[in-house]
Order: sequence, then structure tokens, then C-alpha cells
Amino acid sequence: MEDIIVCEGLNKYYSGVHALKNLSLKIKKDSVVGLIGDNGAGKSTLIKILSGAHQPDSGHIYFEGNKVKFKSTKEAMNLGIETIYQYSALIPEMSIARNIFIGREQTQYNVGNFGLMKTKTMQDDAMKALTDVELHLRSPDTPVNQLSGGERQGVVIARAMYFKSKVLILDEPTNHLSVKETNKVLRFVEGLKSQGVTSIFITHNLSHVYPIADHLCVMARGEKIADMDKKDTTIDHLTDLLVNG
Amino acid sequence: MSKNFSLRSLLVRPEVATFLMFLAIMIGFYIANERFLDARNIRIVMGITPEYIIVAIGIAILMISGEFDLSVGSVFALVPMTIVQMVHQGIPPWFAIFLGLMIGIIVGFVNGFITLRFGIPSFIATLGMLYIARSLTTVATAGFPPPFPHILPNELFVYQFELFRASLYWALLVAVVLGVMLHRSNVGNWIYATGGDQNAASSMGIKTGNVKMFCFILCGFLAGFAGMIQTFRLEAPLPSQGYLLELESIAAAVIGGVSLFGGIGTVFGAVIGAILIRFLESGIIMARIDAEWFRAGLGSLIIIAVVFNTYISRRATRIGQNKAED
Repeated sequence: MEDIIVCEGLNKYYSGVHALKNLSLKIKKDSVVGLIGDNGAGKSTLIKILSGAHQPDSGHIYFEGNKVKFKSTKEAMNLGIETIYQYSALIPEMSIARNIFIGREQTQYNVGNFGLMKTKTMQDDAMKALTDVELHLRSPDTPVNQLSGGERQGVVIARAMYFKSKVLILDEPTNHLSVKETNKVLRFVEGLKSQGVTSIFITHNLSHVYPIADHLCVMARGEKIADMDKKDTTIDHLTDLLVNG
Repeated sequence: MSKNFSLRSLLVRPEVATFLMFLAIMIGFYIANERFLDARNIRIVMGITPEYIIVAIGIAILMISGEFDLSVGSVFALVPMTIVQMVHQGIPPWFAIFLGLMIGIIVGFVNGFITLRFGIPSFIATLGMLYIARSLTTVATAGFPPPFPHILPNELFVYQFELFRASLYWALLVAVVLGVMLHRSNVGNWIYATGGDQNAASSMGIKTGNVKMFCFILCGFLAGFAGMIQTFRLEAPLPSQGYLLELESIAAAVIGGVSLFGGIGTVFGAVIGAILIRFLESGIIMARIDAEWFRAGLGSLIIIAVVFNTYISRRATRIGQNKAED
């Protein structure tokens, strides 16, 4: 299978700290990649670079075979790379429908970039997007703060699906979720594969990502210390790598 | 969706609670003195209210985006003072109005620039501007408040119709246009997102700095516009005009259900909040209560409104969490 993202020799410094050391990584299309590592391993730095939030100090990124340089998250999103951050993926007080369309509202009577929202269309499409990820909620007008943690992750994933993301980067999507809710989120992510979405699942909890991952990448101290298909490794081996670096 | 549920979801909307509070106060004062709601009193109260409505809308939208503006009271005085002085200098009235309103826009821009560029709280940036703009107003009076130049087209803004002044229609126009912008346009969605969670909004590609800057400029413009209307109504530019207005407009917004933390509020709420404050003031006088009680009443109202809204929103969140545990 072809690679959707290829990173070559990425380096990133934050005021003298070498946060990402010469990282190279290939991500296959339509796979689930587990990116694991303890706090401070450089996972966040890597995803910030892949999502366009930060720029690497050196190195190259190829997306679908083309060299890319993201200046903003918007540029990465336009190519189909969507990032879901742990705490800040949704606006709690806003409705599900409004959350799904933030920054990408469907508008009419446009003047330049501004226009009136097609509220009805957005509500209908939001419900459809939720149903597509098997999430059945009462109303698209429900504020997100009335949803459970798992449901919220479902809304975020539904949003990424609706906008035809090719790559979904999930930053600790199962943190602080109950076992039941975690399983719900894992099912969402597993379902993405069959719909042609590649996911990069970042976590420090190996047991969450191991069951659904096709490929695993372990990081420590800003470096990649292991990078292998699941069939070539075991959970014990990975745990050993995580603990002992 | 059952009818029952939609009624409950309506009741938890903060501006609905404000509206109920408004009705309670109107009925209460009407019982105290029937003349509270006769045409004469409504004409008096609604003659001065539009200016406060316009400022409150600007403050509310800025607060929803997650920022404050304490300089509105000073801009409220500075803009009309410069318009009047420019007309005295021989600048054509409409051009003077244009330049004066530009000052409101510039002050808003400077507030936004200082807040966003230097990453300091808007509370501080605009507190500084409160003093600067007030000082400039006093300097611009050149020692003595100038007379009102009657070539200014003030009738267009404040003409007294049978019951209402033209300024009320201007305020309604502002409310409708900005209400549609905030609640129906994509810009409104960005404003709520920015105030609700700035990190989340920017991770979804919203230029939150630009959104806030827009709200700062809008707020400055509206404060200046409202100040101009007051001067046109009084036909006297006073350097003390709008004193303490910054707190009163924040009060109107908060009573109307706008959150101090951003992301929550409506234009309708701010409008009701502003009207409520003016009728509270009038009601206290009409009920022959010592007018000094007005501030105590306003203070209590602010606290009640915020306590109530906090209670309601906690309850609403709890409904969601209980459901999640099912």
C-alpha cells in the first residue's frame, strides 16, 4: 500500500531544547497508526508540525507524494489533515451543528468571506454526519457541554468525516474517559479505516491503541525508538520499549 | 423532540430569564405607581434608553468574543466633543460626523492592538484608554464646553415622534443588523467560538485575533455613535458625558445573560438589560423611593442575574452528565 504521509529528517527546537530529533516516518494510507510515548517524548511536537500549527526547523514532509510546507492549520485542513486536540476540539457552549461547521459554515448571500449561515442545511447535515459514525443524538441544537466525553469525541470524528479528511490526527482521544466511553471512541476510529481515512492515534496508554492499530511508532526524548507493524511486535515488547526507552 | 423538552430548553436560555425579570420589575413598579407605564413616562424613559442600548450591544458582542472595553464611557464623550469642535472649526457637519465616528473606530483599533499585540488583559488596556480618552475630551473642550452648532443634522437622529424618538429606531436598526450578524452569520459563529475557547477556535482555522479586533472596533464605533446621539438629544456637548457608562453597559450585558468569560450571550439580552436598567431607575423615582436607591437596586439585580444564570447553566450541564451516565 502507498504512503500518504512521509516525514524526512524533521528537527524542531524550542528555545534551545531539541524537541524533535531527526525524525523520519512513513504512514500508510488507510491504516491506524499508534504513536506512543511518555510525556515529553516529542509526540505533541510531531503532531503540531503535521497539523501545520508549528513549522519544523529542518526536514521535509510529503503528502500524497508531494512536498508540502504548512504555514497554518488551515492549509493542512484544506489538504485533508484534521487534528483533534485533547481538550480543545469543541466549543462547549455551542450546539453540535455549529461546532461541526466552525470555520467552514455553509453560507448564502455572501459578501467576500462573510455570509448568512444556512442553519437548516447545517442542522440536517450535522445529523447525517453523526449517523454516519453510528452516533445517535437527539438534536443538532444540543450544546456540546451536555454530551458525554465519548459522544464529544464522536462529534469531532463526525466532523472530520463530513469534511472528507484523509488523515485524522487524534491527540489522546481516550484520556479521562470511562472504559465504556473509551471503547466507543475506539470503535469510531476503527470504523474510519473502511471509509478511507488514515488515523494517527496519539496516546501514552498502549492498551488503548494496541487492539486497533496496524502500525506502531514509539517515541522517547524527541526520537523515534521503534517503528513497526503490529504483526512484527507484541504488547510486552512495546511496553518494555516504553518503560525502558 | 417533546414539547416539554423544548419549553425547558427555552427556560434555560439566560436572556429569557432576563426577560421574565424585566416583566416582573415592570409589573411591580406599575403596581407601586400606575403612572409608571403611562405614555408620558414611557416617552421619557425610551427617549434616553436608545443610547444605552447601542453601547450595551457593542459591549455584549465584545464580551462574547472574550474581551472587555472599559473605555466606552470616555469614547461616548470624546466622539461628540470632537464632532462639535470640528464643526466650530468650519468642517462641514457630515464630514465632521464621519471623522468623529472614525475616532471611535480608531480608539477601538488601538484598544484591540494593545491587547492583542502585547498580550495584556483588555481590562488593563481599556482602563488606560478610559483615562486617555476622557482626558482628551476635556482638553478638546478648551476650558469651557462649547455651544451646540445647530447646523448639525441632529433631528435625523433624535427627532421626537409621538411616543418614541428617532434614536430608538436607530438603536433597533443596530440591534437587528448586529443580531443577524451575531446569530445568523458565519462571523457570529466565529465570535462565539473565539470567546468560547480560543485555542479550539484557532485549531479549527479561525483567525481569533482578527475576530477580536473586529469586535473591539465595533464596540468603539458604537460607543462613539451612541455618544453622538446623546449630545444631539441634549444639544450640549458635555465633557462629563458617559461617566461610569462603562460599568453600566457591562451591567446591562451581564443582566442580559452575557458571560464574563466569553462565548455566551445574545444581542436581545443586552437590549433587554439596557432597557431594564433605565426602567429600574425610573421606577424607583416614580415609586417615590429615594433615587439614591437606584444603585443599590442595580447592584442587587446584577448579582441576582449572575447567580441565577450560573445556577441554570450548572443545572443544564448536570442534565447532560446524568444522561451520559445512563
